[in-house]
Amino acid sequence: MDISKSHYKKMVEKASPNSRLGANCAKAFVVGGLICAFGQVLNSLYMFWGANADQAGTYVAMSLIFLAVLLTGLGKYDDLATFAGAGSGVPITGFANAMAAPAIEFKKEGYIFGVGAKMFIIAGPVIVYGTLASMVVGVFYFFFGG
Amino acid sequence: MTKRLGKQTVLFSRPVGILATSSVVGPKEGEGPLGSKFDVVLDDPMAGADSWEKAESALVKQSVQLCASKAGMETANFDYLIAGDLLNQSTGSIFGVRDTNVPYLGIFGACSAMGEGLSIGGMLIDGGFADNVLVSASSHFCSAEKQFRFPLEFGAQRPPTSSWTVTGAAAAALTSKVGGVSVLGCTTGKMVDMGVTDANNMGAAMAGAAADTIVAHFKDTGRSPHYYDAIITGDLGYIGSDLLLQMVDKAGYQITHNHKDCGIEIFDRDRQNTLAGGSGCACSGVTFAAHFYEEMKAGRLSKILFVPTGALMSPVSVQQGESIPGIAHAVIIENVGG
Amino acid sequence: MQYLWAFLVGGAICVIGQILIDKTKLTSARILVLFVVAGVILGGIGLYPRLAEFAGAGATVPLPGFGNLLAKGVKQEIDQVGAIGILTGGLKASAAGVMAAVALSFLASLIFEPKSK
Repeated sequence: MDISKSHYKKMVEKASPNSRLGANCAKAFVVGGLICAFGQVLNSLYMFWGANADQAGTYVAMSLIFLAVLLTGLGKYDDLATFAGAGSGVPITGFANAMAAPAIEFKKEGYIFGVGAKMFIIAGPVIVYGTLASMVVGVFYFFFGG
Repeated sequence: MTKRLGKQTVLFSRPVGILATSSVVGPKEGEGPLGSKFDVVLDDPMAGADSWEKAESALVKQSVQLCASKAGMETANFDYLIAGDLLNQSTGSIFGVRDTNVPYLGIFGACSAMGEGLSIGGMLIDGGFADNVLVSASSHFCSAEKQFRFPLEFGAQRPPTSSWTVTGAAAAALTSKVGGVSVLGCTTGKMVDMGVTDANNMGAAMAGAAADTIVAHFKDTGRSPHYYDAIITGDLGYIGSDLLLQMVDKAGYQITHNHKDCGIEIFDRDRQNTLAGGSGCACSGVTFAAHFYEEMKAGRLSKILFVPTGALMSPVSVQQGESIPGIAHAVIIENVGG
Repeated sequence: MQYLWAFLVGGAICVIGQILIDKTKLTSARILVLFVVAGVILGGIGLYPRLAEFAGAGATVPLPGFGNLLAKGVKQEIDQVGAIGILTGGLKASAAGVMAAVALSFLASLIFEPKSK
């Protein structure tokens, strides 16, 4: 085909439909907002039951992680994500889903190389780069902060 | 080399008959526009197995056995079995046919497997090396997602350019006996790399190869698009088909009136949410086996150019930033009567 | 009122993620990494805690909140134990979340089978 790659790229862009950004953002906003508002309700409940602010925050994270893993196991979380996109991916529930999904999917390859190893295919990088970034922050804080 | 025409095309000295075809598909394919035409529509895409990969092999096994029995033969009586799929090291095919005791040729041409298999099978028979050859192609949505994308339960939206891998297996029995719907020759595709790196836009990655092979076919044979009742690509889908028509048009051939694409035919994208269309080795395989082959047998189509398309990549090559070369193999299929 | 702020801020953070997915073709796996790292940095320079003050769960539930937790943890550890806190702070702060996700995901792999789509 005597079509240059750059020209072909333009043809592809023209032929390919764009994501419906407005609708996707609206759905992400509502679902993501609702998950966070639900977290806030849980937070109030835990504090009402006597937790301090730090404890309540941890309990909220645990609760949301539990619900996300449960929905993942029941095969419902990806349906929610198809609708909500980043709305269900960005909250901590998305992180839990990213661990539970491969754990279930790869159990056929056994509990060591399947569940154990593959559990981190998506969440692993989050932990690696999150903790590395925290080290960088720590170095700055140690020498220049506080 | 009298059978060879031009750079890429061979015409057989006599027609190679397609004695029978078979198609086994999953429930989603069964709900599609071609649903009633498939030989077997499974209720459970797991097919009674305990993993997606084993399920794909179970589909292969069933379609191969069914095709042999529709051809009135025992599987063991075929001279060669040629099979291809998408899984690493072609395990979908291997474990589907390991008990057949037939000389086995495993092929990889990504989703073009059916075209590659029919081409090689036809040449084996026309060359006098075999009387009966069984060709198989398979793919499974779940095993493909697991290998190429994310775990099924992981929440990731599919971009509108992405395609939906067909769950199914197709087989075709080729024979040296002349008559009926037959393979008359083929144009073997070259790899064409248009520089596409987006693994979520396979149609765009393959369209260049399809256009290249179709144009090469016309040049090699001197035929015009009107020679064929239909020119049927494998799994370009909506985006790839759009690009194909533009490129073939630019090369001076008009195929808009008789072009069809299996990826468009197999699903109803509005009702089934399949975005850019169907894909996978089974897409062209089962659509040909259940629909176009039957249309030809019934005389509603008499000459087609069947052009299964493939995107040659792996998750590793995409992660390493390689672009995705496309491949397309054109197979001349005609109803020669008798 | 705090529920409304949680809804609005949490929703807005998700919208940023959605725009990144649709406009940059970054996969959602990369977005997760990006958001956590952004949270660590914004937490490190002290901006994120201010957002969390009025948005509550709207800031702590999205993944940048997880990053913020790491930054907060590393600072607290350094305050308490000195330089060694650079190494221990991040993982300590994330321990509860990661351990819960590991334990529950393992449990889920025992109970559930992959489902077809």
